[in-house]
Amino acid sequence: MWNGDYRFLLRNLVAKDFKVRYRNMSLGVLWSLLNPLVMLAVYLFVFAKIFKTTAIPHFALYILSGVILFNFFNLAWIVGTCSVVDNANLIKRVPVPREIVPFASVLSNCLHLAIQLALLLVAVIMSGLGVNIYWFYLPIIWALGILFIFGISLITAGLHVYLRDTRYVVESFCLIVFWFTPIFYLLSFVPEQYRALYIWNPIAALIIATRSVLLDGQAPAMDVMVKFTLVSVGALALGMFLFRQMKSRFYDYL
Amino acid sequence: MNIITVNDVSKTFRRRGGRKLLRDYLRDQFRGRNEGEVFYALKHVSFTIATQESVSIIGANGAGKSTLLSLIVGLAKPDEGSVEVNGRIAALLELGSGFHPELTGTENVFLNAALLGFNEKQTREMLGAIVEFAELSESMDQPLRTYSTGMLMRLAFSVAVHVEPAILIVDEVLAVGDLAFQEKCVRRIQTLRQEGRTLISVTHAPGVMLTCDRTIWLHHGEVIMDGPSSEVVPAYVSYMAAPQTGVPLPAVKPVFNTDTMRPRAEARAKRAMV
Repeated sequence: MWNGDYRFLLRNLVAKDFKVRYRNMSLGVLWSLLNPLVMLAVYLFVFAKIFKTTAIPHFALYILSGVILFNFFNLAWIVGTCSVVDNANLIKRVPVPREIVPFASVLSNCLHLAIQLALLLVAVIMSGLGVNIYWFYLPIIWALGILFIFGISLITAGLHVYLRDTRYVVESFCLIVFWFTPIFYLLSFVPEQYRALYIWNPIAALIIATRSVLLDGQAPAMDVMVKFTLVSVGALALGMFLFRQMKSRFYDYL
Repeated sequence: MNIITVNDVSKTFRRRGGRKLLRDYLRDQFRGRNEGEVFYALKHVSFTIATQESVSIIGANGAGKSTLLSLIVGLAKPDEGSVEVNGRIAALLELGSGFHPELTGTENVFLNAALLGFNEKQTREMLGAIVEFAELSESMDQPLRTYSTGMLMRLAFSVAVHVEPAILIVDEVLAVGDLAFQEKCVRRIQTLRQEGRTLISVTHAPGVMLTCDRTIWLHHGEVIMDGPSSEVVPAYVSYMAAPQTGVPLPAVKPVFNTDTMRPRAEARAKRAMV
């Protein structure tokens, strides 16, 4: 059994992922800021100039918040899925608790998220929307999102060891989630009979709840938060359970 | 006291190595189950290792040495039998695995130490000794990809001998570096042994085998011989020199009594040093 310093190891694993990603980039962390801004410019042009949808208030902030959170989900899930296979040399060498590998990979993506969210908050304040009391909800909303992504990453990271097609399924699935998430359209565009079902999508809930606080100055809707919490906790519990089942034979399959 | 008890352990693997693509699963579905040929990596292996003993595990490629180590370290589970370990094993110390080429020497030492179960304070205390032993004080801030193979090996070995587990497991780590460095490594291992650590070493070098009191010879997953190195190693060497000419595998497995064996073997091991 491994009985080392869990937090020291986690910090080193997260630092490894982060440093490896940025060391060879001359602009370093600036890329984290540049990527959502470039995407924002593209969306703005397409939807304001081509589709001429200007009905959404604070359209730029609306899109920026959606892009940042969706990109985090997309990237963290794919990297999390590959984490166990990519770290096979660690898994096959040290009997560390296996859960720490996908956890570290999701956490290292949280560093990028933090940088981008800081950009978003600055943009919100600069646009005159200001800070309100409901900002206290934000850490809870984002923590739920991270828990959800960690949960599904556990499932797919374990599956990926046994079935190396898993990452491509995950990539395709992300594209489906993209269209069922209100990144550049309003929730009210979704026909009413589907709306209750629609907000079961935790990524949609993550983005909707964030916007309620930042753009509307309101507490997130109760039904959104309840479903979001249920799905996130459920995904985490299922992920922990399935990963525990799968991890005992990792060594044989890596 | 027995620090490791391996009791009637068997481990099987599939030829295909386990991993699959979706098409393999589909093909299996349509053509009936075909999991690939099953073979025994280890077959009814039993032995015990006492505290402070030094054991080398030998055998041809594919004999099951690495599988055996992975079971002892707790990375894999046996299909049959049981493995009991009392005391801390840090890790399976294979050279260089766990190192990342983009991280600097120092960063790699930190990551490795964390993986091996150390905390930050202990790592900082070890760092100086590790760097000094590896003779790399000028390169520790360079990414590992700029290191020569020799430098890489020196760093890896230095980490391996400075973490101080009750049981030191070394997998082929002595085959590195120039002669001067090898000698230094052997001296370091001697020191660790005098401090009362148990040593398990996997190696193909007869010189290293003879530094251990006892040798376990694996052949196709079975223990062929288990006894004092002075008896097992010559038998293994002569078998390996001419495996086709029909030198029969020894049929008898000498029973090894650790209590009477150890002091004598230790003295011999010292004489047999490089």
